[in-house]
Amino acid sequence: MFLLITAATLLFGVIFYFLGVNKIKRICSQDDIRPNSLFGYHGAYPAILAVAPALVLLSIWLVCDDLIFNSMLEARFPDDLEVKGRQTILILLAQIRNISDGIIVGQPDEWILILSQQLSAWRANSEVANAIGAVGLSVFCGFIGISRINLNFRARKAVETLFLTGLIICSLIAIITTIGIVFSVIFESIRFFKLISPLEFLTGTVWNPEFEGAERAGSGQQGMSAYGSIPLFAGTFLISIIALSVSVPVGLFSAIYLSEYASKKARATIKPLLEILAGVPTVVYGFFAALTVAPFFRETGGLLGLNVASESALAAGFVMGIMIIPFISSLSDDVISAVPQSLRDAALGLGSTKSEAIKKVVLPAALPGIVASIILAVSRAVGETMIVVMAAGLAANLSVNPLDAVTTVTAQIVTILVGDQEFESAKTLSAFALALTLICITLVLNFFALKIVKKYREQYE
Amino acid sequence: MPTTNTDQLVNASLKLRRKKERRFKMLGILAIALALCFLVTLMVSILSKGIPGFFQYYITLSVDLDRERLDPIGDLSDQSLFDGQANKIVQEAIFLKTGATSRNEKKAVRKLLSNGSDTRLISFVKSNPKLLDSTQKLKFALDDDADSYFRGFVKKQTPEKQRRLSDLQIEYLDTMNKSGLISYQISDYLFFGSASRNAEMAGIKGAAIGSLLTLTVCFLISFPIGVATAVYLEEFAPKNKFTELIEININNLAAVPSVVFGILGLAMFINLFGLPRSIPLVGGMVLALMTLPTIIISSRAAIKAVPPSIRIGALGVGASKVQATMHHVVPLAIPGMLTGTIIGMAQALGETAPLLMIGMVAFIVDVPGSVMDPGTVLPVQIFMWADFAERMFIQKTSSAIIILLLFLILMNGGAIWLRKKLERRW
Repeated sequence: MFLLITAATLLFGVIFYFLGVNKIKRICSQDDIRPNSLFGYHGAYPAILAVAPALVLLSIWLVCDDLIFNSMLEARFPDDLEVKGRQTILILLAQIRNISDGIIVGQPDEWILILSQQLSAWRANSEVANAIGAVGLSVFCGFIGISRINLNFRARKAVETLFLTGLIICSLIAIITTIGIVFSVIFESIRFFKLISPLEFLTGTVWNPEFEGAERAGSGQQGMSAYGSIPLFAGTFLISIIALSVSVPVGLFSAIYLSEYASKKARATIKPLLEILAGVPTVVYGFFAALTVAPFFRETGGLLGLNVASESALAAGFVMGIMIIPFISSLSDDVISAVPQSLRDAALGLGSTKSEAIKKVVLPAALPGIVASIILAVSRAVGETMIVVMAAGLAANLSVNPLDAVTTVTAQIVTILVGDQEFESAKTLSAFALALTLICITLVLNFFALKIVKKYREQYE
Repeated sequence: MPTTNTDQLVNASLKLRRKKERRFKMLGILAIALALCFLVTLMVSILSKGIPGFFQYYITLSVDLDRERLDPIGDLSDQSLFDGQANKIVQEAIFLKTGATSRNEKKAVRKLLSNGSDTRLISFVKSNPKLLDSTQKLKFALDDDADSYFRGFVKKQTPEKQRRLSDLQIEYLDTMNKSGLISYQISDYLFFGSASRNAEMAGIKGAAIGSLLTLTVCFLISFPIGVATAVYLEEFAPKNKFTELIEININNLAAVPSVVFGILGLAMFINLFGLPRSIPLVGGMVLALMTLPTIIISSRAAIKAVPPSIRIGALGVGASKVQATMHHVVPLAIPGMLTGTIIGMAQALGETAPLLMIGMVAFIVDVPGSVMDPGTVLPVQIFMWADFAERMFIQKTSSAIIILLLFLILMNGGAIWLRKKLERRW
C-alpha cells in the first residue's frame, strides 16, 4: 500500500512536470518571447511541490499511526483491568496487534478480541485516509505550483530555493540525531535516578542489578540489587590501561619509524597493512580474544604458576590494544610528519644524531598532537563493546588485577538491554544511566583532543 | 690539527651516542614487526580454524525413492512430502549400509546422521520429481559429533564415558569410512543453510541476506543525506553560529560509541515509534545515523578538492550558484564521495553492538524476504555462533568471519580502485 501511494505520488510528479513545461511553452508561443528561466525549471517547480510534501506526510503517517492507535486502544481498556506497570500494557497492546494481524495464540479475553477488531477497522480507515490525504496533497500542491507559472515567474529561483531548503533539512539530521540520543538517554536516566540516588550510582562499590523481587538462584532469598557503578568504571579503566600499554608504545614507535626512518616505499606498504587492523570488525577481535588469546594467557599463566581467569581483563585489553594501534600510529604519523623540516635540519646541523633530533626536537614539537591521538584512542577503548562482551566476562569485580575477570560499562549496557526488557525496573533503566555517563566521558575526551589539535595546528601555520 | 678538550669529549661520547641511535631505530623496527606479527597471528588463527569449516563430511547412501511412501497424497505439495516417511527412508538406507539390526545398534547409527537429512531428501525430491520410484545415490551430512571424529577432535583413546560417541558408533564410522562411503567436500550447508542449532546444518544465508537488506537501507538513507549535508556545508552555508552548531554535532556523532546508537534505536525507533524489533529497516536506520559522519566528512573533503577555478568558470559563463555546484562541482566530487561512502558501508557491515540492542540477535530460521521481516546480520550471526559450545561451531564461526572479511576486503579494495581509477590531479 505504502509503495503504491509512493509510486502514485512520483507519477503525479512526472505528470506535473510536463504540465508545467507545456503551460510555459504555450504562454511563450502566444507572445513569442522567452521566459525568465529554462523550460525545465517551470516543470520542476510543480513536480517538486507535488512529490515532496506528499512523501513527508506519508512517512509521518507511517511512523505515527501506531502511536495514535496505541493511545486510542489504551483509552478503551476495561476499567476493572489490573495493570501492573507499563509492561503489562505493552504486552496487551502487542497481543491486540497480533490478533489484528491474524496471529492468535491461545484463548484471548473477549474484550481483547473486540479491541483487535476495532484496530483492524481503524487500520483500514487509516490506510484509505492516508491514500486520499497523500494523493490529495500531491495534486493540490501540484496545481498551486502550476497556477504560479506565468511569464514573469522566476522558476529557477523558486526551484533553487526549494533545493536549498532540502539541503538545509538534510544537514539538520545531524542535530536531530544528537538531540534524539540525548533525549532517549536522559529521560530514562532521570527515571533511574528517582529510584536510585545519583550518589549511590556514582560512589557505590557493588554492582548487582536484579529485577525487582527476583529470587537469587537457589538461595531462596530475595536478591539484593545494588547499583554502584564504581566496579564498572574500574573495569573500563583497567582494560583501557592494558590496551593503551600495548598500543601506545607499539603505535608511537611505528609512527616514529615510518615518518622518520622508513623509505617512501616501505612506508607505502606498511601503513596500509597497519590500517587493516582498524578495519577488522570488532566481533572478529572478540572471537580472537575469547578463543585464541585468552586460552594462551591462561596456559602461559598456568606454567608460571599464576591463576588466570578464563575471561580475563588482560586478554580483552591486549586484543583491544591491537585494535587501536593504527589509531595511534596513523594520527601520530601525521602530526610527526607535520613538524617543519627546518626544525630537524637545525638540530642535525648542530651535530645531534637522528635519534637525538627526534627525541629532543621533533617529539616535543609534535607532543600535543600525539597526546590528542592517545586521548582519541582512550575514547575509542572506553566505548568499545564487542571485545569486552565476548572476552572480559560479566562479573562486576572491583579489582586491579589484570588476571581477574572484570566487566565494563559497555558490556553491562549490552547485557542489560539485549533480550526482553521490563521498562519499569531499575535494572533496565540503569543501562540508560550508564550510557549517559559513557556519552559524557567520550564527549569530554573528544572535546579535549580536538582542542589540543586545534591549538597545535595554529603553531606552525 | 690539535684536538681540543671539546673534541675529546665528543669523540668519547660518540660510541655511546651511535649505540643509542641504533637502539632507537631498532625499537621502531621492533614496534612495526610486533604490529605486523599481531596482524599475521590474527589472520592465521582465523584462517586455520575457518578453512576446514568450509568443508564437511558427507555420507553417500543409496536411497529408495518410493513414491507411495515419500509423497502419500501424490501432489508433491509441502504438506504431502512432510507427511511422508522421508526420515524413515533415509534411516533405512543407513541401516542397510551398516547392517544395524538390533534396537541399540539402530539407535547408535541413527545418531550419526544429521538431523536435517529428511529435509534434504524432501528438497531433492521436490527439485527432481522425475526420479521418484528409483534408487538414487545421495549424499547426507554427518552429525556434528561424527564429523568431529573424522577431524580428530574426538579420540578413540578417550574413555567412552567422556566422549560424545560410543565405541559402537566409532566402529560403524570406521567401517563406513573403509568402504568409501564417507566423503569430505565443500559444505553446501554453510552457504545455503540458515540459522540452526545443529552445527552441521548451520549456514549464513539468512544472515548474509539480512546484511544485504540492512546495508541497502543504510545506503539509501545515509548517502543522499550525507552528500546533501556536505554540499550545503561546503558550498552554501554562511559562516555563523548555526553552521558551527551543525559541525560540532557531526564531530560529536563521530565520537559517540556505537553502542549508544543502539540505545537511540531502541528508545526512539522501537519504543517510541512502535516499529517491530529485529527488522533490517530499523537496523539500517541505526547504522545510517552511525555512518553519516564518515560520509559527510569524506564528501566534504572531496568537494574541497575540486579547484575553485571550476566554480569561477561556471559562474563566469552565467550559471547560478546552484547550477555551478550541481552541474560542475558535485559530478567532479562524486568519485571521492563514493569512496568515502563505501568505506562507511564497510564499517556498517562489520558493526555488531548497536544491532544487538535492537533485537537483531534473535534466533530466526526464516530468510528475511523484505526489510520488515525479522532477520539478523553476519557479524551478529558470528557473535551468536561464537557462544555455542559445539566444536564444529568454532569452525563455522571462523568460516563466517572469513566470508565477512572477504566482503570487507572487496569493499575497501573497490574503494581504493575507484579512487585510483577516477582520481583527477588538478
